[in-house]
Amino acid sequence: MTTTTRTEHGTGTGTEHGTGPSRLTWALTDSWTMTRRELAHWARQPVAVVVGLAFPVMLLLMFTYLVGGGRDVAGDPTEYLVPGMLALTMAFGLESTMLAVTQDLGKGVIDRFRSLPMVPGAVLVGRSAADMLQSVAALAVMAGVGYAVGWRWHNGVAAALGAVGLLLLLRFAMLWAGIHLAMVAGRPELVQAVQILVWPVGFLSNVFASPASMPGWLGTVVEWNPMSATATAVRELFGNPGGATGSWAAEHAQLLAVLWPVVIMAVFFPLAVGKFARLSR
Amino acid sequence: MAGNVTEAIVLDGVHKRYGEKRALDGLDLTVGAGTVHAVLGPNGAGKTTAVRIMSTLLRPDAGRVTVAGLDVRERASGVRRRIGLLGQHAAVDEQLGGRQNLEMFGRLYHLGARRAGTRADELLERFGLADTGRKAVKQYSGGMRRRLDLAASLITEPAVLFLDEPTTGLDPRGRAEVWGAVRSLVGGGTTVLLTTQYLEEADQLADRISLIDEGRVAAEGTSDQLKALVGGDRIDIVLRDAARLAEAARLLGSPDALRDPDRRLISAPAPDRMAALTWAVRALQEAGIEAEDIAVRRPTLDEVFLSLTGRPSGEQPVRETEAAA
Repeated sequence: MTTTTRTEHGTGTGTEHGTGPSRLTWALTDSWTMTRRELAHWARQPVAVVVGLAFPVMLLLMFTYLVGGGRDVAGDPTEYLVPGMLALTMAFGLESTMLAVTQDLGKGVIDRFRSLPMVPGAVLVGRSAADMLQSVAALAVMAGVGYAVGWRWHNGVAAALGAVGLLLLLRFAMLWAGIHLAMVAGRPELVQAVQILVWPVGFLSNVFASPASMPGWLGTVVEWNPMSATATAVRELFGNPGGATGSWAAEHAQLLAVLWPVVIMAVFFPLAVGKFARLSR
Repeated sequence: MAGNVTEAIVLDGVHKRYGEKRALDGLDLTVGAGTVHAVLGPNGAGKTTAVRIMSTLLRPDAGRVTVAGLDVRERASGVRRRIGLLGQHAAVDEQLGGRQNLEMFGRLYHLGARRAGTRADELLERFGLADTGRKAVKQYSGGMRRRLDLAASLITEPAVLFLDEPTTGLDPRGRAEVWGAVRSLVGGGTTVLLTTQYLEEADQLADRISLIDEGRVAAEGTSDQLKALVGGDRIDIVLRDAARLAEAARLLGSPDALRDPDRRLISAPAPDRMAALTWAVRALQEAGIEAEDIAVRRPTLDEVFLSLTGRPSGEQPVRETEAAA
């Protein structure tokens, strides 16, 4: 018995990295395979997908009609609340990413992927592609519901697309934070802790209420929350009331809405990729 | 490329530590091509660490590891193309269907979409999963899941197949299913390395067995060779009254008898199973010692260990006999 014959018999068209199709081709092929896996999960669990999309919508309706968010702001409260909820939904995406990575790690399926001759990074690319697609769907649904309850954008399509871009940028940053956190301490208990902790962080933002209505020090903390920067920038771009406080952070919200996610990514992207590569230590 | 390889796996002085804990402490192992080799040891002996190193999931701190003629550190990608791995936890996607799983793994082995599909169908057929291939894996029984897992590790007909405790957590039927599947591989030329806590499993499946303890090989040989080291069957007697253990041990006339007062248990060698049983029943009856349970059984893995690792065995309690069942 020789290894050579088995290999010929076995792998068929399987090719070494660096020969035949380029490594880049395999990277793309493998990433697509991993993305398809996530899409197949959705097809298998339509109820979970609907619930995932309905949850932020429920929050939006709850804060619009029951809690009365945005009432302290000059202008239409709904117009204030909807962009904030969009930012909140993107930031809370951290949880769903963490949960998915934690589950994969716990079940050993990541080990299987790592024992295959695939391009290892494809696991992470597939995760991010699927999460971004889900986020686009979430934004579309929430914008639709927002429209139904009276929210509008006033500054044209280009500005609106810019706003969507900033929202997805925040989501992309939270994605890598989520992947890293899941790998560092990927236990279900930790995911639960994060699921609880995102709430105070969410409320310590200008999503529901203007910092102008808060005590000075708290208002400052809230204004520097990355979620607030995105919310304010998105309000500006949509032409919604911003509850302007006149502070530096509020005046430069669009800059901060780019800077914050870039900083978060600059920290977590290398950490996550490095940690993934070091799973073999 | 590796030409004729007679040794499918070679480990030479492999060390691996996690912080202070030495998981592997100079592990040596040689597995001939086309054979089934069992790595037998208790929890924490280093079995899983060894498999993870051999299957490129973990880097050794020191030592040389060659699988299918390739160094696992320098040729990880090449090794991955020649191995299949069945991890301790079923490494399949539970939310997907069985066929979807196999097709996905086939694509990731770079078989191409069409070949991945046909290969998935072949394997489902071979492992008796053709009818349930569309069902989500989470609806599978334990044995079915394990068979799918095994199918996934055989997508490219690997030269070397690693099975890490393939039957842990399965009911007897699931275990029999997996054993059947493993046996069907043998003769196909695949080299199989399996880890197990069960002496019987190693006995049933393996050509050779390496007993490992604390990250090192304690003994290696065929099943018969290892059993001879332990010395035959034993008789276990549970008394009603722990105070009479010593007396009962004297009656049995065995200085090698193990005594466990907590469980009121006495365990002695029984070279002749039936004779030992009848003799013990009669002797206890005549002495008026009441027994709650008497059983003759094969040596347990613990006893193999006790005798091979040279730890004091006299006071050591005999552990669950189920360990060897």
